[in-house]
Amino acid sequence: MRRLETDVVIIGGGATGAGVFRDCCLRGMRTILVERGDIASGTTGRNHGLLHSGARYAVTDSHSAAECIRENRTLKHIAGHCIERTDGLFISLPEDGLEYQKDFLDGCKRAGIETEVLTPEQALILEPSINPSLIGAVRIPDGTIDPFRITSSNILDGREQGGTLLSDTKVTGLIIHMGHVRGVNCIDQRTGEHFEIRSRQVINATGAWCHEVMEYADLSVDMYHSRGALLILGHRMNNMVINRCRRPGDSDILVPGDTVSVIGTTSTHVSRDELETMEVTDDEVRVLLKEGSKLAPSMASTRILRAYAGVRPLVSLSSGGSDRTISRGLVALDHAETDALPGLITITGGKLMTYRLMAEVATDMAAKHLDISTPCTTASRPLPGALLSDDDKRTGKKAQVGGYSLADSSLPKSVAGSAVYRHGERAKDFVKEDSKWNNAVVCECEVVTRGEILYAVDKLNARSLSDLRRRTRVGMGPCQGEMCACRTAGLLAETRNNQIEALDTLRDFIDERWKGVRPVLWGDGLREAEFSYWVQEGLLGLGGSEGNKPDETTKEKTSLEKSEVEANP
Amino acid sequence: MNLFNINSGGFTSDRSFDQCLKCTACTSQCPVALARPDFPGPKQCGPDGERLRLKSPDFLDDALKYCTGCKRCEVACPSDVRIADIIALAKDKYGNNSFKVRDFVLSHTDMMGTLTRGTAPLVNKLTSIKPVKMLMDKGLGIDQRRTFPAYARKSFRSQYKSVAARQENFVRKVSYFHGCSVNNNEPELGMDLIKVLNAMNIGVRLMKKEKCCGVPLVANGFHKKARANGELNMASFEESLNGGSERVVATSSSCAWMLKDEYPHILGVSNENVQSRISFITRFLANEFKSGNIPAMKPVNLKVAYHSPCHLIRAGGVIHTLKTLWEIPGLELTQLDSNCCGIAGTYGFKKENYETSQSVGDKLFKQIEASGCDYVVTDCETCKWQVEMSTSKKVLHPVTLLAMSLA
Repeated sequence: MRRLETDVVIIGGGATGAGVFRDCCLRGMRTILVERGDIASGTTGRNHGLLHSGARYAVTDSHSAAECIRENRTLKHIAGHCIERTDGLFISLPEDGLEYQKDFLDGCKRAGIETEVLTPEQALILEPSINPSLIGAVRIPDGTIDPFRITSSNILDGREQGGTLLSDTKVTGLIIHMGHVRGVNCIDQRTGEHFEIRSRQVINATGAWCHEVMEYADLSVDMYHSRGALLILGHRMNNMVINRCRRPGDSDILVPGDTVSVIGTTSTHVSRDELETMEVTDDEVRVLLKEGSKLAPSMASTRILRAYAGVRPLVSLSSGGSDRTISRGLVALDHAETDALPGLITITGGKLMTYRLMAEVATDMAAKHLDISTPCTTASRPLPGALLSDDDKRTGKKAQVGGYSLADSSLPKSVAGSAVYRHGERAKDFVKEDSKWNNAVVCECEVVTRGEILYAVDKLNARSLSDLRRRTRVGMGPCQGEMCACRTAGLLAETRNNQIEALDTLRDFIDERWKGVRPVLWGDGLREAEFSYWVQEGLLGLGGSEGNKPDETTKEKTSLEKSEVEANP
Repeated sequence: MNLFNINSGGFTSDRSFDQCLKCTACTSQCPVALARPDFPGPKQCGPDGERLRLKSPDFLDDALKYCTGCKRCEVACPSDVRIADIIALAKDKYGNNSFKVRDFVLSHTDMMGTLTRGTAPLVNKLTSIKPVKMLMDKGLGIDQRRTFPAYARKSFRSQYKSVAARQENFVRKVSYFHGCSVNNNEPELGMDLIKVLNAMNIGVRLMKKEKCCGVPLVANGFHKKARANGELNMASFEESLNGGSERVVATSSSCAWMLKDEYPHILGVSNENVQSRISFITRFLANEFKSGNIPAMKPVNLKVAYHSPCHLIRAGGVIHTLKTLWEIPGLELTQLDSNCCGIAGTYGFKKENYETSQSVGDKLFKQIEASGCDYVVTDCETCKWQVEMSTSKKVLHPVTLLAMSLA
């Protein structure tokens, strides 16, 4: 069996795992990150993309609130290319009253969150999409954060410092020798190869799944899994984050993110065997729309692109209570101290906002065991992409949003601007003036070029269409990959010299898109789905063959039967 | 189309882009995309681009300036997306609208008409001589290869005075929105209309006051001025319709489309009180003919080729012109293939657009030359200028042809 040796193994490629990866690499540890799928494919990629100011927790959880506002400021500094400084509003509707606003302002003050009380008129001028019947509003420094890009940037920095990422690799067990965790057993899910990684520390950063790794060492933790469903609106309805000024409840945050807006969330307790079923139900869609339209009435007539759900990894430190009363604070367990099992560290709980802090805490624990005294620099060192010079970045008419363009670029602004928006100064690695073909647009909704796709394959470890979507937004627009999926698969086939793999990933991608579209099939979304079906199945023949129909429960219109592909490569 | 999008209009945010299915039918029908590889086409400039521009105005592509506003994309769209409007509004809303003398001169068509009044022969002479054309080209950016429409010695409104009194004798009366080109460049067309309608026992009145409909103003970024004009025009229309006119008719297909169908969502000017009583002239005539009110006509014995203007296609009005022409005895009518002539109002006058303009029109010009017709017939004044400049044929308005056939 193949054996790798390293200082630290990190399990889990979400934001936290990626943050730990970067931190360890920056402190000079030899580091390997093992991820069973792709980076940011679990909880990290399934949330609002809200850069919390902490205001949401100001009343109920002032510790989390203070953590949030600190990290909010840090992330604005180190991850400018993943963040939009939109600011946010907490609006009070007539049914909410203004009572809560007082507690809210007190809470913000306690946590050190700056606030500005606005009249309804002032708020409507700042953000015309909000419900005009509001009776009060408070402006707070919320923003947006792209969870895929922040994860990818952390990974990129870590890899540039010499770290190794093993994606599509599942940990099958911990190597425990003489009461000491000495590494992990793995399987490469693409090749089926089993191998082991020997390490001095294992950091379990698997978030909602951390109990699975702990069970390899016969440890247990009381997890409370809370599922949150969200809807993606077809365009950017609002330019500021909109919250309800009341006790946190269902569907009370509307976040603008890139070209879309996201409304969420619901909150439902799920048992641990339901973690992999992420279908959004009709009831959830109904609640999200009903409550969301109270924030921004035009939502009722806006096209909905898809629905998705994620699982919050909440750790119950006391029994009972609903999930919204359990702290969103981070939980770091050095099992050497808590369970007399040296070599294993678990970092869980927390939230996307505090991923960097969580990483710092976990890395500090590992560094102590490895006798490394190099201090943490992740709060001050900008991530790759966040080093855009003033020449290349300019602030648009809407100052708080910020627009992007490349200085001296003759490319259309939508093309150069989108590249810079997503990749910061690293866009220069693939936006090349002399190479016209390279700048051909592959995904027209989100303006992803051939160059960007090839860059993501080459530098960002994208191996499938879904990986590419997370790195570049390909297929995330209104058509959900109707036009670009095949083009991108073709490009991927060019880089891999393997058509079957590209067809497999095309099938997976289309099925995955379809899953998110299905709960919101009406109006324009339904027309789009029908049109995609004609193009992909009718015109391109991507459908399943007769007599080989998938059964009712897993029926997907666009399923591509593997046997058929292999028979007709 | 969108069952849930009851109120998608409103001139500040046209959200019809939400309905786009990305089928690209629009771009396949775009004459500019065909002529210019660097124009990404209506889909990317319109519904796709708008989603980006909502994020930041910095995503406004320079290429939007190549859009002629012909609206063939909107005709092609199966999802009712107001593509050309989205592009026009984006230029206004997000663009760097620095003042250009050239665009001001080209777009303020009624003002230019008034300024040249009395000096028309001199102006016409000047705008046709080479050194002046070169100066306009270098100094203003108006292409020197372009032939300028001649200004009339006497405006339509002053010519009208000689026939004004007679019009009140008719029991039935319509008000005529003559527009800038008839008033300043082609008063004969206005006089022809009076002849035709009088022969049908209908009197023709003018509005006390009318201003440019706003098409060239919108195309050149003067939305505020266009809005003011629109308000004035709608007030005038209402006054005329309350004062005994049964309809307002227009002989320019683009003016009619703007007045009737675009004021509310492009300019935010309400026309709901008069909208149903505004007609492009051939629609009015075709209806009259159908109900039996046909003037006495003699055979014209002409072979003509009909070119359908883009905006009349968008308005769905081509059939009315054809129905009108079919009534003319002795007319051998062929319909030219539906192709944009390339002028698009003021677009083709601009130096940077000349090549595109002529290349867009090329197919049409060739077909006209090959048709062996005596005249080309079309409803739009700028199509007329373009075809007359680019082919060997004279161009007539359907109303002029009708006037020629009056017995």
